[in-house]
Amino acid sequence: MTARFAGDTATLTGRSLRHIWRSPDTLVTTAVMPIAMLLLFVYVFGGAIDTRGTGSYVDYLLPGILLITIASGIAYTALRLFLDKQAGIVERFQSMSIARSAVLWAHVLTSLVANVVSVVVVVLVALLMGFRSGAGVLDLLAVAGILLLFTLALTWLAVIPGLTAKSADGATGFAYPLIFLPFISSAFVPTHTMPGPVRAFAEHQPVTAIVNTIRDLFAGQPVGGDIWVALAWCAGLLVVAYAFATATYRRTTTR
Amino acid sequence: MTAAIAVRGLEKSFGDQRVLRGVDFEVEHGSIFALLGSNGAGKTTVVRTLATLLRPDAGTASVNGFDVARQEADVRASISLTGQYAAVDEILTGRENLLLVARLRHVPDAADVADRVLERFDLTDAANRRVATYSGGMRRRLDIAMSLIGAPRVIFLDEPTTGLDPQARLGVWRCVAEAAAQGATILLTTHYLDEAEHLANRIAILHDGRILVNGTPAELKALLPPSRVEYVERQPTLEDVFFALVGDERNPTTDSGALS
Ligand SMILES: Nc1ncnc2c1ncn2[C@@H]1O[C@H](COP(=O)(O)OP(=O)(O)O)[C@@H](O)[C@H]1O
Ligand SMILES: [Mg+2]
Repeated sequence: MTARFAGDTATLTGRSLRHIWRSPDTLVTTAVMPIAMLLLFVYVFGGAIDTRGTGSYVDYLLPGILLITIASGIAYTALRLFLDKQAGIVERFQSMSIARSAVLWAHVLTSLVANVVSVVVVVLVALLMGFRSGAGVLDLLAVAGILLLFTLALTWLAVIPGLTAKSADGATGFAYPLIFLPFISSAFVPTHTMPGPVRAFAEHQPVTAIVNTIRDLFAGQPVGGDIWVALAWCAGLLVVAYAFATATYRRTTTR
Repeated sequence: MTAAIAVRGLEKSFGDQRVLRGVDFEVEHGSIFALLGSNGAGKTTVVRTLATLLRPDAGTASVNGFDVARQEADVRASISLTGQYAAVDEILTGRENLLLVARLRHVPDAADVADRVLERFDLTDAANRRVATYSGGMRRRLDIAMSLIGAPRVIFLDEPTTGLDPQARLGVWRCVAEAAAQGATILLTTHYLDEAEHLANRIAILHDGRILVNGTPAELKALLPPSRVEYVERQPTLEDVFFALVGDERNPTTDSGALS
């Protein structure tokens, strides 16, 4: 059964990766907006922003931009699933003798691959713009781990609108608040510059903890308690999103 | 030996709409059975129930000897479903679609199987083109070809020819005959009497949530009122007018725009 699950998941993942390979514009679109923000904030607004740090503004900004990249990338995860469902392809797979959850896992793995590619593209552009990291190998692995966990959590979240949406816009629309969330966090400016209630929100939402952790790791500095807050948010979101997504799958696709 | 498909007292409602109100029928192994009914009669509901995609409210159904409610996995291993709307992957080529299904059905020599099926369904020339470029008839043929891979014992075809032009329809009919020649049991739905008559060994008419009649095409014909010859006044069509004006090259005795 598990061998079959792995085999079926691999077959179906190969199929959706081929979709992306044939229309790489989704990867480009995913990376273009974060890159535009990177350029805009570093070269236009950046000079006026006091981050009180020693590093350059691009170093300060990159972690938040990476989260925005992932948040816009998972909109395509929802869209791909929606289109498969719309076309009756999910149902065709459902009526076949394959591991049921393989259909979802294939989309989830594809999402991870697509987001890794987009994130790498954005990091390369940031390097060209002068981003430098003093991080060691372990720090970089930790960054990769946190970003993967964040992608996985948001991907399972994206499965829910992918299965339930009535239109393509509905499937992707849920991502906008997620793309916007970094703006009210420490991603662009330090939170202490914000008025009271906004600051309170910014300091207690997941993006700030994740951004601060990644920023410290990139700088090769010791991470504070933020890393535990960041991991707790990602793991918590993952568990909840996974539970809801699989329940939605059972409810919407069978009986 | 039990029937390939046995349906007893099948009921299904959506909200307070009672779509199936006690459907009974059996399909013999290796035969072609047509479920005939108008739009909204519940044909798709029957097919989806038999394909384990819907759970019946009451009644029982078995496919290839397996209960659709309790032995879903065995049922799914015995069947293939071609839904009402061609569920083909438009971004992949025809061959890739077939390979995908072959791998998911764990067919040993997937590439050979795909090539043979492409040949039989007259899709060899288009095999390496993306399905997005296919005509409606080609998509349907590919869709049915995908169902045949892995030699399923029971094949469901939900309105295989709806929306196709007459020539494409003939192509699909040949595909259905091909499938039957493999020895599979076929249940197809249609709202064309002539299609049911042409393809099926038995026809059942689904109406008001029940099977109204069930018999061979000949038996069904005997139930119909005898054909009558009627004379109907027909207005000339634009085509008739055109030919009357430019000079008719068609057979003048049958149809020259004059009223009969
Ligand atoms: N999932 C569903 N939810 C609600 N109503 C449905 C659903 N599926 C079918 N129906 C209704 O059940 C009736 C029969 O549908 P269907 O089985 O598709 O008929 P047919 O295939 O014969 O055209 C229709 O009135 C349709 O609107
Ligand atoms: Mg139907």
